[in-house]
Amino acid sequence: MKEIIVIIMSVILVDNFVLSQFLGICPFLGVSKKMDSATGMGFAVTFVMVLATAATWPIQKFLLDAYGIGYLQTVVFILVIASLVQLVEMTLKKYMPPLYKSLGVFLPLITTNCAVLGVTITNIDDGLTYVQSLFNALGAGIGFLLAMVLFAGLRGKLEDCKMVPVAFQGIPITLVTASILSLSFMGFSGVVEGLFA
Amino acid sequence: MNKLSIVTKGFIKENPVLVQLLGCCPTLAVTTSATNGLGMGVSTMAVLICANIVISILKRVIPDKVRIPCYIVVIAGFVTIVQLMLKAYLPALDKSLGLFIPLIVVNCIILGRAEMFASKNSIVDSALDGIGMGLGFTVALGIMGLIREILGNGTAFGVALFGSVPPMGIFMLAPGGFFVFAILIATINFASKGKAIKKKSFGCEGCAMAGSCNSSTCSEKEASA
Repeated sequence: MKEIIVIIMSVILVDNFVLSQFLGICPFLGVSKKMDSATGMGFAVTFVMVLATAATWPIQKFLLDAYGIGYLQTVVFILVIASLVQLVEMTLKKYMPPLYKSLGVFLPLITTNCAVLGVTITNIDDGLTYVQSLFNALGAGIGFLLAMVLFAGLRGKLEDCKMVPVAFQGIPITLVTASILSLSFMGFSGVVEGLFA
Repeated sequence: MNKLSIVTKGFIKENPVLVQLLGCCPTLAVTTSATNGLGMGVSTMAVLICANIVISILKRVIPDKVRIPCYIVVIAGFVTIVQLMLKAYLPALDKSLGLFIPLIVVNCIILGRAEMFASKNSIVDSALDGIGMGLGFTVALGIMGLIREILGNGTAFGVALFGSVPPMGIFMLAPGGFFVFAILIATINFASKGKAIKKKSFGCEGCAMAGSCNSSTCSEKEASA
């Protein structure tokens, strides 16, 4: 139990996927203009991350490792994730239209999101068990959601700011903001070790 | 279009990182030293050229509806080859790039070029486009890496520069990555008086997948944004 809390806490705060590992930067910068789309994207990524881990971990252990074809990992994982996302999208569209309306619109973009492929490969590389992997994916998703929400809030304020120098307007100031947010997350380093030592 | 302009276009006018702002994840993540940046750039360039050539060859065979999965399989195949080559011949580089080698698959530059260029142009042109874009990516990552290495570690390509002056370690860490990238873009804006970079903010229109993802998605998001 303690182990799982440590995994979740460290992947949300200390090793945040976006702010300290640079995974999933594209949606982080692209879909964070408005709070509601940022939240939707965050939940959709969390959902797909857990689902992708649930599917790829057994494939790696019982198929790729068992038959000694581990080198096919990249090809197999990306295909599994792509078809999974497509399947989820179709299911949601047919059976849960309200949920599709809020999450589904982000799904096509998630296929090529490096955070999703990243979390599945990290789980295997770090030798986590199935349960640990699932919680690691959940934590990574929540960390992504947290970063998205914080950043969307900051960008909302930034829109009102008229004092930005011309050369910094638009993209550069967005990146500087991300830099400061990431700096503040560095304050969490050591927190997990301190709490559970 | 003449052959030389295809190469130089990717290099300067449409530089994938500094002008089109694609492939942000590897740009920020692996540029902790100039060597890492160049290594990542060259690996990506190799995948980009090969994928462009194969996709251009297969452009009449691949059915339009399933083109994206087809491109992804081609790209993933070449990424696996590069991954194995690096493991065999450059194990140190493989270790420092780590997770970001398999993640070349989801680099939007490669899928973007496949979708926008290789699927519409001849084999030679596609190969040249791969070389141009790949060089542009490599140079941008090299510059980022060099700046961060000099400021954050006090070295350039591993050679110590400042003697006993302690370096600013923050530039090697995540905030430094965002910051150096911001300053680079701002410098380009300043030097070209805001003309070089057409994209004024990050959004759906800049995504390489914009053409392929269902258009209602993009317009819906744009409307809400």
